[in-house]
Amino acid sequence: MQRYFLSKAGQSIALLFGVIVLVFLMVRITGDPARLMASREASPETVEAIRQEWGFDRPPLVQFWDFLTRAVVLDFGRSYHFKTPAMPMVLGRLPATVQLAAIALLMAVIVGIPIGLVGGFNPGTVIDSLGRLLALLGQSIPNFWLALILILLFAVRLGWFPSFGRDELKSVVLPAFVLGLPVMGQIVRLTRSAVLEIRGEDFIRTAHAKGLEPRTIYVKHVLRNVAIPLISVIGVQFGYMLGGSIYIEAIYAWPGMGQLLEQSIGWRDFPLIQAIAIFTSLVVLALNVLTDVAYAVIDPRIRYGK
Amino acid sequence: MVSRETTQGAGSLLDVERTWGNRLAYFGRFLWRDRGGVVGLILFAVVVFAAVFAPVITRYDPLQQNLRDSKMPPAWSAEGSWDHPFGTDNLGRDSFGRIVYGTRVSLTVGFFGVLIAGGLGLVIGAISGYIGGRTDAAIMSVINLILSLPYLLFVVVIASILGRSLINVILIFGITDSPIFARVTRGEVLRIRESGYVESAVSAGARTGRIIFDHIIPNLIGPLITLATFEMSAMIFYEAGLGFLGLSVPPSVSSWGNMLAAGRKYLTSYPWIATFPGLAIMFTSLGMNLVGDWLRDVLDPRLRRARK
Repeated sequence: MQRYFLSKAGQSIALLFGVIVLVFLMVRITGDPARLMASREASPETVEAIRQEWGFDRPPLVQFWDFLTRAVVLDFGRSYHFKTPAMPMVLGRLPATVQLAAIALLMAVIVGIPIGLVGGFNPGTVIDSLGRLLALLGQSIPNFWLALILILLFAVRLGWFPSFGRDELKSVVLPAFVLGLPVMGQIVRLTRSAVLEIRGEDFIRTAHAKGLEPRTIYVKHVLRNVAIPLISVIGVQFGYMLGGSIYIEAIYAWPGMGQLLEQSIGWRDFPLIQAIAIFTSLVVLALNVLTDVAYAVIDPRIRYGK
Repeated sequence: MVSRETTQGAGSLLDVERTWGNRLAYFGRFLWRDRGGVVGLILFAVVVFAAVFAPVITRYDPLQQNLRDSKMPPAWSAEGSWDHPFGTDNLGRDSFGRIVYGTRVSLTVGFFGVLIAGGLGLVIGAISGYIGGRTDAAIMSVINLILSLPYLLFVVVIASILGRSLINVILIFGITDSPIFARVTRGEVLRIRESGYVESAVSAGARTGRIIFDHIIPNLIGPLITLATFEMSAMIFYEAGLGFLGLSVPPSVSSWGNMLAAGRKYLTSYPWIATFPGLAIMFTSLGMNLVGDWLRDVLDPRLRRARK
């Protein structure tokens, strides 16, 4: 178990190195990062000043070493817009993003799993069809558009929820619903197909044949096995929501990392953009390791397989 | 229970000679039993039709501004008129016409994006799966790196660095999406190579070329076409999302994302400007997801049997 965890953690550190290389190269795709960071109307002197300040005139390998050693201690320089170190700004936005993603995920799990279970145990019924329709819609409705429509309906017309901000408890409802809907759809689909698959397994038939109570079979044999694929999807989706809440945070003015990213793109604030990209990747990769470990704890086949 | 009859009713390709006519007839029968697939194909056909015949469908130039007629509501509301079925935007441009022309941007990005991603992924995945060993391990770890990253975040950042143009958007999606195709291709190549029928073909003395063209490629096509459908739907979705943030095609182009970005500013006072492009994205995406579900069932005989 310990070895399994260590190898997963080691892989993630290698991946994080890859992320740092990627972000380093990304800012240099166009060939002149100083031009990129300056505004369009900037004079050649300003561009030259930026080049000096950020050391873009040094040899690429020196620049990379410098970037890497700073990135390891989460130092991405000063934000252009705020004139303060970038990393504390990003960390300050983390709680709002985590809160939004956690509530969205909770909603997706609480609503999605029961619907999926009902559908899996009673395929072809009305509830099953409704659940599948919901899953399909969750997958197909563009979240940035749904966010606008819900503001129109529930904030402007009905006045039930605030249309933006994070001032009251109610504020989280609309953004969390929009963020959680596609995940809920996926959970419904997965739960349903997992139940259908496991119900047909030999060990379930054996359990029935030896006269176990159906309820015992459902709880002990079916549900336990359904939990395995669900855990992996929930872990991955939580990571996806942390990095994918950019539209929703921007539309609802939710003061998290996604909103900060949208703003810093507008300001061409690359120290902030780099900090957000690398820090979000770090969080997502850490979540992946935790998911893998949870997976191994639940499923002995993985623990002993390798 | 229902699907067992479906499968039998649709007949089996095992019983008939495998001519192209028979295959098509078989797919047709199977399609007819899958109502979702029919709906999906109709939706997709409407979008393609709109893209091809845009100038015939709408008489408006999607870029023609007409400030006198600006912010007109859709036809069925009190002040609306059937001259502009979906109303007009803040600059008096016809919303219906812009949506019709917007299909061109969405389909172009989706089609060429998938073409590039599929081509790159096919080559990388096939090489990785075929060579195996350390090369395979190295390629797969890079691919897993890319696939474990927060995808949207990186696409948004790269788009903001490269600037707004159709070519940039296609390249971004084409390159960032290729790892998925590579991973699927590699998995399928490995599975097919290890399969019993390839083994028996080899022991019967089949040449490498025959194995590749008669066994590996035909078995790759199904999963890749299915994946391509889902990925094209995703790209159309993401392109609109980039447009919404002002990071896709230039503002002068009629695209659904650009329409949404404009509509966002007038959301409370002129809500229809943002409503219709969103519906267009939704129905296109819905259609392609339904087609993808249908293709997955019809192109993968193993799934067809498992569904009983």
